[in-house]
Amino acid sequence: MPLDEPTALERLINGILPENPVYRQLLGMCPTLAVTGAMMPAMTMAAATAFVLLSANIIVSLIRGLLKPHLRILVFTLTIATFVTIADRALAAYMYQMSKTLGPYVPLIIVNCLIISRCEICASKQSVGVAIADGVGMSLGFALALGSIASIREILGSGTWFGLHLFSYAYTVAENILGWVTTILGMGTLGLPDIHWQNWGIMVLPPGAFLTLGLLLGAVEWFGQRRRRAGE
Amino acid sequence: METLIVLIQIGVSAALINNFVLYYFVGVCPFLGVSRRVDTAFGMGCAVTFVISIAALLSWIFTYYILRPGAPLPTQVWTALGGSPSVTVDLSVLSYIMYIFVIAASVQFVEMYVRKFFPPLYKSFGVFLPLITTNCAILFACLIIMKNLQDPSQLWGLHHAMTMAIGGGVGFTLAITLMAGIREELDMCDVPKPLAGPGIALITAGILAMAFMGFAGVERGIENAIAMLLK
Repeated sequence: MPLDEPTALERLINGILPENPVYRQLLGMCPTLAVTGAMMPAMTMAAATAFVLLSANIIVSLIRGLLKPHLRILVFTLTIATFVTIADRALAAYMYQMSKTLGPYVPLIIVNCLIISRCEICASKQSVGVAIADGVGMSLGFALALGSIASIREILGSGTWFGLHLFSYAYTVAENILGWVTTILGMGTLGLPDIHWQNWGIMVLPPGAFLTLGLLLGAVEWFGQRRRRAGE
Repeated sequence: METLIVLIQIGVSAALINNFVLYYFVGVCPFLGVSRRVDTAFGMGCAVTFVISIAALLSWIFTYYILRPGAPLPTQVWTALGGSPSVTVDLSVLSYIMYIFVIAASVQFVEMYVRKFFPPLYKSFGVFLPLITTNCAILFACLIIMKNLQDPSQLWGLHHAMTMAIGGGVGFTLAITLMAGIREELDMCDVPKPLAGPGIALITAGILAMAFMGFAGVERGIENAIAMLLK
């Protein structure tokens, strides 16, 4: 093996931030924009993609000796399609509501450029262990990317996170603390002003997805440039 | 006439209201990658429209005759092999694999056609044509066809499927050409360094998506207008 080939552990850590599939490689944009309206669908999609990526990596790595050069993309795509069918049917069977929410984006994992590119670049040339490490790293990176975008969109767009109403929860806690403090100090009744979180409706609509991803890409790029300039 | 109204609704919906790129987020990768110059963007849009039409045609035929629940061909094979005729034969679990084959075949066919009849166009496309295979938009069109053929009460005919596909392709072409025009202008602007490239492209796409949101409700207006015209 040539000396500059990354090891399994290096590949795993690489996939999380340095070569993050969404923020650095700009792959897999379709599900990133589509399902990140809330955290729950985003994490389900990340889990489904992780399952398909790992399984496809393992299978492609096992059959890498048998691949003909001009048919390999078709073989990758068929393998991925099989596992996506499994994931889609399992999701429809055990999490039916979530399957309806995710809609056509689970079968669209088949044409997720991330999985095909990982099969092409890594799994078809490396052993099973390295392929698994690469798959795990990329899945974690993808989940991180989806989670960051979904958090922003859900918190700003509906005031919830994983369905938990953050603002009203914090408001209730603050009210309780205020009531407790005023009782101790004997100051009578004081109340917090009646404020509510106004949902930023645009965040759960398509333009919000584009804007959030664009701004987050800019933020990641900015941090990367600062680190590079600090490292020089 | 009812059919014409439904077809216009499907077409306008696929092209403008539920634009494939700006509403359903399919085909975003070529949308960001190829929209640097207007002529390449328009060429890519036309190629995608061509491929999507052929893929929709083939996938409708396969889904209608083989894959949907109660399809004629598997039912005949089933009864010929002595199976009970009260069973609904449903091969739809093979749908995704079938669609991948259909899309690969369509791209191959379009590539051969363009290479034979439009050589300079083929040269300018370069590596784009095989990239269309992984274009989400084409698989998405097939999935819409599959969804509308599952329910036996609202079975989509071939004309519905082709209108949706061509409408989707036209919408994609419209979005990508608009984006290319804007990005050509952006090249001469002073974009902050972290946002240069994909960042500002996505923000522009967001504003474009906001603009396209203004088309909501247009199909009802068209339906009313046609109904009034026909009275």
